[in-house]
Amino acid sequence: MTVLPWALPLALCMLALAMVFALARLLRGPTAQDRVLALDCMYLDGMLLMLVLGIRYGSGHYFEAALLVALFGFVGSTAMAKFLLRGEVIE
Amino acid sequence: MTGFTPPLWAEIAIAALVLLGAAIAMVGSLGLLRLPTYFERVHAPSIIATMGCWCIVHASILYFSLLGRHLAIHPLLIALFVAITVPVTTIFLMRAALFRARRAGLDVPRGVSRTAAPDAPENS
Repeated sequence: MTVLPWALPLALCMLALAMVFALARLLRGPTAQDRVLALDCMYLDGMLLMLVLGIRYGSGHYFEAALLVALFGFVGSTAMAKFLLRGEVIE
Repeated sequence: MTGFTPPLWAEIAIAALVLLGAAIAMVGSLGLLRLPTYFERVHAPSIIATMGCWCIVHASILYFSLLGRHLAIHPLLIALFVAITVPVTTIFLMRAALFRARRAGLDVPRGVSRTAAPDAPENS
């Protein structure tokens, strides 16, 4: 146990920084599709964060959380993109 | 941290894969922040969904296989799900952005969508 105790927190910090970058685009984005794209990117970063947390604590429960984050990210981003395209989600 | 200690080669491999995946996620998000136009920005997060996701998923597979002493391929489910769903979201977002840019009268490439004018040249 020599490499992982510093590599995993470093990876967590980098993923948190990636989420901050995406959040900056989400707050700044000039158009609505920029904000939806930034939210989709934040979902992906959060899912990777969950996977790294699962390795960090050696627990399999984080895998299910990551799967749920991926699922809701897909549903939410697709619904918002469909809304931007047509003005309604289900037609 | 749990009491489980993987062998040194596995620790190095897991650390390298996780750090590579996190670095790729950071680069993709930085590209989302830095690139000037939307049609360039839409390319940046796809590197997270391919390379970053696969790196961290393989690190997870390696760690949980050594932890449970049997092959644990369930994290691969996430990578397959992301590989299927992210292109769908990206296509929807691209079509929405093209639609909104055309309606706003901006200069966008023609011939990409069926809503373009029929006399538009294909490769313009």
